[in-house]
Amino acid sequence: MRRPVLATASPTTGIARTLRALLIPSLALLAALLAGAVVMILSGDDPMAAYGGLFKGAFGDGKGWARTIRKTIPFVLTGLSVALAFKVSLFNIGASGQFVMGSVFAVAVGINFEGLPVYVHLPLALIAGIAGGLLWGAIPGILKVYTGAHEVIVTIMLNYVASLLGGWTVYAGGTQGQTPGPLWDRTAGAISETPDVLHSAQIPWLFGPPYRVHYGVFLALAAAILVWWLIFKTPLGFEMRTVGHNMRAARYAGIRVNFTIILTMALAGGLAGLAGAIETLGLNHKFAPEFGGAVGFDGITVALLGQTHPIGVLLAAFMFGALDGGAATMQFESGVPADIIQIIQALVLAFVAAPLIIRLIFRLRPQSQEDAGSAVSTSWGGT
Amino acid sequence: MSKNGPVSAFHRLRRRYGNTMIVALALVVMAVLVNVTPLKEQTWLRVLFGISALNFTLRATVPLVLGALSGILCERSGIINIGIEGMMLAGAFAGFVAKTSTNHWPLAASLIFSVVAAVAVGGLMGAVHALFSIRFRMDQIISGTVIIILALGTTSYLYNRDAIAEGKFSSIPIPGLAHIPVIGPVLFDNPPITYLALIMVVVVHLGLFYTRWGLRTRAVGEHPRAADTVGINVNRYRYINTSLGGMLAGLAGAFLVLEAVGQFQEGMTAGRGFISLAAMIFGNWNPVGALGAATLFGYTQALQNELLLAGVTQVPRQFISMLPYVVTIVAVSGLVGRVRPPAAEGKVYETEGSA
Repeated sequence: MRRPVLATASPTTGIARTLRALLIPSLALLAALLAGAVVMILSGDDPMAAYGGLFKGAFGDGKGWARTIRKTIPFVLTGLSVALAFKVSLFNIGASGQFVMGSVFAVAVGINFEGLPVYVHLPLALIAGIAGGLLWGAIPGILKVYTGAHEVIVTIMLNYVASLLGGWTVYAGGTQGQTPGPLWDRTAGAISETPDVLHSAQIPWLFGPPYRVHYGVFLALAAAILVWWLIFKTPLGFEMRTVGHNMRAARYAGIRVNFTIILTMALAGGLAGLAGAIETLGLNHKFAPEFGGAVGFDGITVALLGQTHPIGVLLAAFMFGALDGGAATMQFESGVPADIIQIIQALVLAFVAAPLIIRLIFRLRPQSQEDAGSAVSTSWGGT
Repeated sequence: MSKNGPVSAFHRLRRRYGNTMIVALALVVMAVLVNVTPLKEQTWLRVLFGISALNFTLRATVPLVLGALSGILCERSGIINIGIEGMMLAGAFAGFVAKTSTNHWPLAASLIFSVVAAVAVGGLMGAVHALFSIRFRMDQIISGTVIIILALGTTSYLYNRDAIAEGKFSSIPIPGLAHIPVIGPVLFDNPPITYLALIMVVVVHLGLFYTRWGLRTRAVGEHPRAADTVGINVNRYRYINTSLGGMLAGLAGAFLVLEAVGQFQEGMTAGRGFISLAAMIFGNWNPVGALGAATLFGYTQALQNELLLAGVTQVPRQFISMLPYVVTIVAVSGLVGRVRPPAAEGKVYETEGSA
């Protein structure tokens, strides 16, 4: 396959391009924090105290940094999941469901197979998690290609199905003779949770308690590099981007559009599944229905804040990790409900998805076509 | 095939309203059969088609059909609205806040005020969505997502767990009609928003297909350039329709808080906005079709409820609770080539020369 010029051509130098790419997201974050302050003032809270507490909670000491890094890991992976799908003009709102499936599959391997050495058991459990997410991501891809069902609706419905399915695996049994779920911990009584993951399947600590940062941080980094390499350095990535830019042209050029769509959704699911597996094997060490995937929805914001670029996703995930890491301290120190973080995150999404608003607020000159917003998704019609 | 024969009439119905009408019709026939014949002695049939199941179906259908109508109004004018979930939640919350702060008013006045508040906030969210999509040229699906996340965050942030709404809408039997067997207690003995929702189906249908506003709305959604050429203000129609759509979603929220539950719960819409979208698609962007689809989805929710209450099955409850979601996936998957969205949907419209 020929390497086309359009994929690499750029009029500006690398540094200028990087700075320009950082401009809108940084201003969006700033604007969201300002707007969050306005919301707090309107509801009688003190934004200075809140943001002070937030910063202290996220970066104040070693434990704060550890918390921020710990929270960053799943954001990186779910952000990558959504970003990868965006590259192909697919909207993966299903990262939460894929996250849950990844957790369930990983834990199913992690609590069984006693006696396996770490270097066999842990990779096996991680791969199981990826497989779970892969499967859950492939379904909407397949349905989109063969039936035209829009991935937005299918992925959202699958989120609910995954959460119920996950709940069933640890179900403690019912009064009408319903059998308990297959992963339920028999010693837990009426509590719905799995037993602890065996030591041989736990991700080792990089910094042990009280810091609780595990080696999964390197897995997340590796995933970001891998996705960058896949998208920008492989023929497959070129095909993905072409399908994303213009599906009809891609089909005309002989690219296997249907295959690309299914594969992308599956890989996106696999990334979110890996997020679930890492959270389960590294941090929670078990699965319970409440270890669900709010991080899946946040993956959308992280992906857009990161301009759907893997390195951008890393930075955005770190920002979100800090926001989440500091939220509890903020609420404790200033009394401002931690839910304000959710509002700020939604505002970040709004501002970053509509660069025109940011240009209006900060009175920047309009610039080229980027302002037209990121046309990421297709209409219900499918193609 | 004769031109006016029953077969061709059937085909015409199917083409216009989608397959949903057939499903809904079959459901009604089964329900009548089971409830007026000795078949009702069978536990399973009673669970599946009893009066209680039908009542619950209608209760579950109301927010879905309102959400679907909301989607139809937006999308017929060319704006994709996946934010219905958020608009519903915002409406529900506004209704709740209005109700709790007017608890000391007479019940009827307080409830009506709360409905107005819910509808107004829903409309406001619709206007924001239109602003994002039109003025700021945001991708419409992203804009919808922003609406959802914003509504989730704001309602959780502002929700006061100690606040209690006192009283909710109660049933108003319609004299005469309420005594018809089976149909009476199901259709004509309901609280007001339920009646209003059914009336809205007719209103939106007549509005879309028999008024100047409707014709223009459809023109804007199908071929904005042509509409613009004959002097229709494309974006004005989109602003108006999206705001109206938001109001209907707000009404759905009002139904949840002021009629169905009586209180607010965080995230209480539980995916209804998304199922509404599926109902809209399944009903082929047609109000009557959407009612059929919403009834089908509502029925799966009722079934879930009845099966769990009756305790007649050993299937774990999680699988029963999956029903509405799985049926939704099957419904939107079984439609390839059979439905057609408005042609200009999701695209920013710019007058010539302004880009």
